[in-house]
Amino acid sequence: MENDQDKIINNVTSGEYKYGFHSDIEIDSIPKGLNEDVIRNISLRKEEPEWLLEYRLEAFRHWQTMTIPQWANLKIPDIDFQDIIYYAAPKKKQGGSQHANSIDPELKKTFEKLGIPLEEQNHLAGVAVDAVMDSVSVKTTFKEILAEEGIIFSSFSDAVKEYPDLVRRYLGTVVPHTDNFFAALNSAVFSDGSFCYIPKGVRCPMELSTYFRINAANTGQFERTLLIADEESYVSYLEGCTAPMRDENQLHAAIVEIIVENNAEVKYSTVQNWYPGDKEGKGGIFNFVTKRGLCRGENSKISWTQVETGSSITWKYPSCILKGDNSTGEFYSVAVTNNYQQADTGTKMIHIGRNTKSTIVSKGISAGHAQNSYRGLVRVLKKASGSRNFSQCDSLLLGDKCGAHTFPYIEVDNQTSIVEHEATTSKIGEDQIFYCNQRGISTEDAIGLIVNGYAREILNKLPMEFAVEAQKLLQISLEGSVG
Amino acid sequence: MLIISNLKAAINEKNILKGVSLEVKAGEIHAIMGPNGSGKSTLAAVIAGRDLARITEGTVTFMGKNLLEMTPEERARQGLFLGFQYPIEIPGVSMMNFMKTAVNEQRKYKGLDPLSASDFLKIMREKKELVGIDSKLTNRSVNEGFSGGEKKKNEIFQMAMLEPKLAILDETDSGLDIDALRIVANGVNKLKTPDSSVIVITHYQRLLDFIIPDVVHVLYDGRIVRTAGKELALELEDKGYDWIRKEIETSGLS
Ligand SMILES: Nc1ncnc2c1ncn2[C@@H]1O[C@H](COP(=O)(O)OP(=O)(O)OP(=O)(O)O)[C@@H](O)[C@H]1O
Ligand SMILES: [Mg+2]
Repeated sequence: MENDQDKIINNVTSGEYKYGFHSDIEIDSIPKGLNEDVIRNISLRKEEPEWLLEYRLEAFRHWQTMTIPQWANLKIPDIDFQDIIYYAAPKKKQGGSQHANSIDPELKKTFEKLGIPLEEQNHLAGVAVDAVMDSVSVKTTFKEILAEEGIIFSSFSDAVKEYPDLVRRYLGTVVPHTDNFFAALNSAVFSDGSFCYIPKGVRCPMELSTYFRINAANTGQFERTLLIADEESYVSYLEGCTAPMRDENQLHAAIVEIIVENNAEVKYSTVQNWYPGDKEGKGGIFNFVTKRGLCRGENSKISWTQVETGSSITWKYPSCILKGDNSTGEFYSVAVTNNYQQADTGTKMIHIGRNTKSTIVSKGISAGHAQNSYRGLVRVLKKASGSRNFSQCDSLLLGDKCGAHTFPYIEVDNQTSIVEHEATTSKIGEDQIFYCNQRGISTEDAIGLIVNGYAREILNKLPMEFAVEAQKLLQISLEGSVG
Repeated sequence: MLIISNLKAAINEKNILKGVSLEVKAGEIHAIMGPNGSGKSTLAAVIAGRDLARITEGTVTFMGKNLLEMTPEERARQGLFLGFQYPIEIPGVSMMNFMKTAVNEQRKYKGLDPLSASDFLKIMREKKELVGIDSKLTNRSVNEGFSGGEKKKNEIFQMAMLEPKLAILDETDSGLDIDALRIVANGVNKLKTPDSSVIVITHYQRLLDFIIPDVVHVLYDGRIVRTAGKELALELEDKGYDWIRKEIETSGLS
């Protein structure tokens, strides 16, 4: 840990968004706009079964009756949903399959630049990757090795082809297409994502991860992840994302659904680093995401860990439905907003089963003119006797033009349950920075140290490879925030 | 080493330093004493570059360079160390990481490569022994939950790690028990080289039994009103500051 932190301090030299390059890759896309024909076109391109097309159309029809949610503490500019391309895929070379061994060298280069080599032998030991560019998955590594354990890890599109029954059984069971505006939109137009099934009694031998990259201009990304952990199984899943720097905003609306059976556990970690826009707030990704896990079995457990540094707008509430008795939900979050970024993020913990437990630790960090809100719901239903929740929401402010807000909602219908909520707001002290300065540490580095110290509890929850990356990100995101 | 001449500084438009002049030569130990609120910590802070006080007049030269033009971190990297009267807590930042960053920043400034992990640990161990600080403390976050005395010891430990040319120790003795006082003072003496200097700010003669000053100054209401040898400290211990006040009043200086 020690050494890595050092490396981070040494590595970080500029505050520029490092992943803002655009790759020159020929793309195959459909024209801008959204209507039933567009949806049929997407479905056709993906050679989908009829039931899935129907699912999409139903979602689309429902979406048309809905309006953008306004309850979040966000200023959302008007989004013209007809001005977006809903499907863009890197062109296949000579009609070969995307997943054949010969990946387009340009694609390979792109992911290498992002630190995600697609050659298995070059890859970080112990991490399998599904790499998604714009609307399609371009490569999934270690599929075969995982298959030996009975683990299915593939792109969503492949899963639809190879395991249609599994997909059909679970799709939309945790996040129905009627759930909210963006969930409905995603259900209508989702393009690709990852699918994962861990069979009974299997402890997944490596970290599974999906890396999302937006590359094409004017394109929205609508991916879908479905993760099923059968009885007595365990998996740790990671998710990372980046996008080129552009003056226009781009829309990202994803859905993640997780189902966990008896005695199984899923650890889901995200490092979200979509392009945040420039210093004046121009450009950046609009990130509207619905993530929800169902602890269906007894003693099941879902743990969400997120480090949110990117996007110009983040609207995201990874949640747990604690249905099985003795099930556990956890939410650990660091959300950084700088310049004109806005984040409204938090979680929902719904206690349904008896003796269910949830823990929420949220750390917001704001700088510049940014607004950072925690919004969380803890609901304990009548039958959830003996349940417990502990929530801690801390906000850290850098400067006096930014804002931190906390919106905790607590609804308890059971007398034997205990819900605790703690909240703090602090400023990075001038005296802390001066103390570091006096030891020869520059103000930028001092902020990096202090912020990483503040977020340490969360960073420690991340798998090692991600923790290092996340620490770097925190520091880079905040550079230039104190003059 | 350090030449301060006619230094004046104000906090919130209130004059705190009212023309301080002082010269510390290489190898010397100076003590600054003076009643509460006389400006001792303010003087130390101004030298270290804290921008809380506004400098209205005067100059400060450190090893031939204009100190007031440098950022606090530049001053530190050139070998200026301040032992804080009230050390600051930095939750979540390990002492190890903090010190490693500080030491390597200083090395970078001098054009040296960063220390390897094993070299760093070796130096940590040596310095821990030198100042008698427990690993239990250096394994924790910077000053977080340290007792008053532990914080002071930790300042001396950091001084040992950074090997400054000039160390200003602001009431490092207060809050230390008798044994700790002896250990810390011994540490300071061991760290002192023929060409490094120390300024100790203290209220008690006791410390000066261990760290023997070449010169003792009395800072009173923002001015140095007395400068003498180590016997001055004994006189103050004996008589307090009242006689100084009377002398100043009769001389019409105030
Ligand atoms: N941040 C501040 N705001 C307002 N006044 C201040 C501030 N810091 C110091 N002062 C004032 O400046 C004067 C000198 O304070 P300073 O801390 O330098 O005294 P000192 O000699 O170190 O005292 P002590 O022996 O109690 O440590 C005091 O009157 C103090 O109240
Ligand atoms: Mg003082």
